[in-house]
Amino acid sequence: MRTSTGARAGQYVALLAYLVFLAFPFLWLISTAFKSPRELGSLHPTWIPRHPTLANFRQAFDEQPLLHAALNSLLAALGAALIAVVIATPMAWVMARRRTLLARAATGWVVVSQAFPFVLVIIPLFLVLKNLRLIDSLAGLVLVYVVWSLPFALWMLVGYVRAVPAELEEAAAVDGAGKLRTLVSVTAPLLAPGIVATALFAFVTAWNEFFFALVLLKTPEKQTLPVVLTHFIGAEGVADLGPLAAAAFLATLPSLLVFALIQRRITGGMLTGAVKS
Amino acid sequence: MTSVTGVPATEARRPPSRAPSRSRPRRGSDHAAWFLVLPALIPILVLSVGPLLYGVLLAFTDSQSGRTAPTQWIGGLNFRDLLHDSLFWESFRIGLVWAVGVTVPQFLLALGLALLLNQDLRLRWLARALAIVPWAMPEVVVGIMWRIVYNPDAGILNETLHDLGLGDGRDWLSSLSTALPAVIVVGVWAGMPQTTVALLAGLQNTPRELHEAAAVDGAGAWRRFRTVTWPALRPVALAITALNLIWNFNSFALVYVLTGGGPGGRTRLPMLFAYEEAFRYGQFGYAAAMGCVMVAVISVLLAVFLVGRLRGGDDA
Repeated sequence: MRTSTGARAGQYVALLAYLVFLAFPFLWLISTAFKSPRELGSLHPTWIPRHPTLANFRQAFDEQPLLHAALNSLLAALGAALIAVVIATPMAWVMARRRTLLARAATGWVVVSQAFPFVLVIIPLFLVLKNLRLIDSLAGLVLVYVVWSLPFALWMLVGYVRAVPAELEEAAAVDGAGKLRTLVSVTAPLLAPGIVATALFAFVTAWNEFFFALVLLKTPEKQTLPVVLTHFIGAEGVADLGPLAAAAFLATLPSLLVFALIQRRITGGMLTGAVKS
Repeated sequence: MTSVTGVPATEARRPPSRAPSRSRPRRGSDHAAWFLVLPALIPILVLSVGPLLYGVLLAFTDSQSGRTAPTQWIGGLNFRDLLHDSLFWESFRIGLVWAVGVTVPQFLLALGLALLLNQDLRLRWLARALAIVPWAMPEVVVGIMWRIVYNPDAGILNETLHDLGLGDGRDWLSSLSTALPAVIVVGVWAGMPQTTVALLAGLQNTPRELHEAAAVDGAGAWRRFRTVTWPALRPVALAITALNLIWNFNSFALVYVLTGGGPGGRTRLPMLFAYEEAFRYGQFGYAAAMGCVMVAVISVLLAVFLVGRLRGGDDA
């Protein structure tokens, strides 16, 4: 492409500004996590800790049940991701391949559900789960997460199913394979990467989720990581910055890792949805 | 992994004529379809559609938490009270300011970044890699992180402002005049990558040859953007903007962690208000009525978006 030098320079300046805007809060978080209390109290904060220390991490684990909370988050996120994908895949296949009323209604629901204010759903859910004695339990939270991640899971999966040519399934049917056999031996393997990406996305969504966990989990031992993180901020809004930064940094790592793996695939799924709708 | 990215996108362009050409489903396979759909459909009905309808019903009752007397149907009383609840309307106004205040700058910045990243620039990979960070971070962590940045004593923002000679800074999140703008900045930061990536994907769907043809014809950058890029990008741009408006209007975690709705209610978004009403004061019926009003507003937003979209179809 022909671009003048001046325009090129302008583009780089803009790009650098964006990079700074994107990076600086995160770098500051990391820097804070490794600072000694003394350096944190200094009047003129520095970008790079002069005496990097792991003390904040130790103190964070001492102050709050972080490990336990991470385990809770892991269980809730894994459970939600697995169940969501197992039940969403067959439905997505029907939505992608058939133009039945049901498939169209489901597509409509996927779009509309993006617009729910959760408060209208959480109050009745709270009452129902309370009656089922599933309040304050990970099982109840997993149930909520499954349904909550279904719209986007369906959205992504429908895109992936459409990418598998229907002719392949028809060819298998002509060769005498039954419906189920076709699905399992022809479609499923081609769909596998998409299913994995969807599951990972559902995992990250549940790992990061805060509102439902805040409302549904009361006992400290049952709370998930995002809820426990807020305990570092005292009632008066005062926080011990070092341990807070350390814990927040740790809580981000799993999501970052998973997201780095699947980011390109989500983009694909998202785009299909946006263009199609 | 990378190679598959384009596949769904390509698929989206496939003419829809394919589906009707498939053989009509026989009755037997209809049963099979139900069998495949039910595992997802039942949870959706029980845990999503059901509660939503139940929530609407609750809005017409005096349901409270921990009350021994039975819940009673009180008709439109909650809505009448809401109408006179100035705090609620204030939070509503804040919600709209926040939703627009986040969505519009976010869109413009994301559009700029997407156009940049679509060029052959050297640091492009770094920008793409960095964009993952805000996107993947738990909202709670984003809130905590920015609290640390905004911290009046140990935060980097005031220190930077000081170094640049721009005054001694202030306690951004606790002062009445700066709290809302300060959380809006965080909202923009947090959602920008997702918008960028969506727009970038849309850009990459626009045919390069058209650009080159326009350039050969002597069209300037702005003209090329207006006549080639924007028309192709428009559907994605509108969809992501509508979704962002709705998501932002409904947001909770970020502001809950940043300010808890303060100072003096200046950042109390409707969701925070409804949350407090329901789970701090136990007013389930009243909070459900708030939820209903929010749904109504969102429906209007959606309707405006749909009308805009239909109109746009005529222009293009």
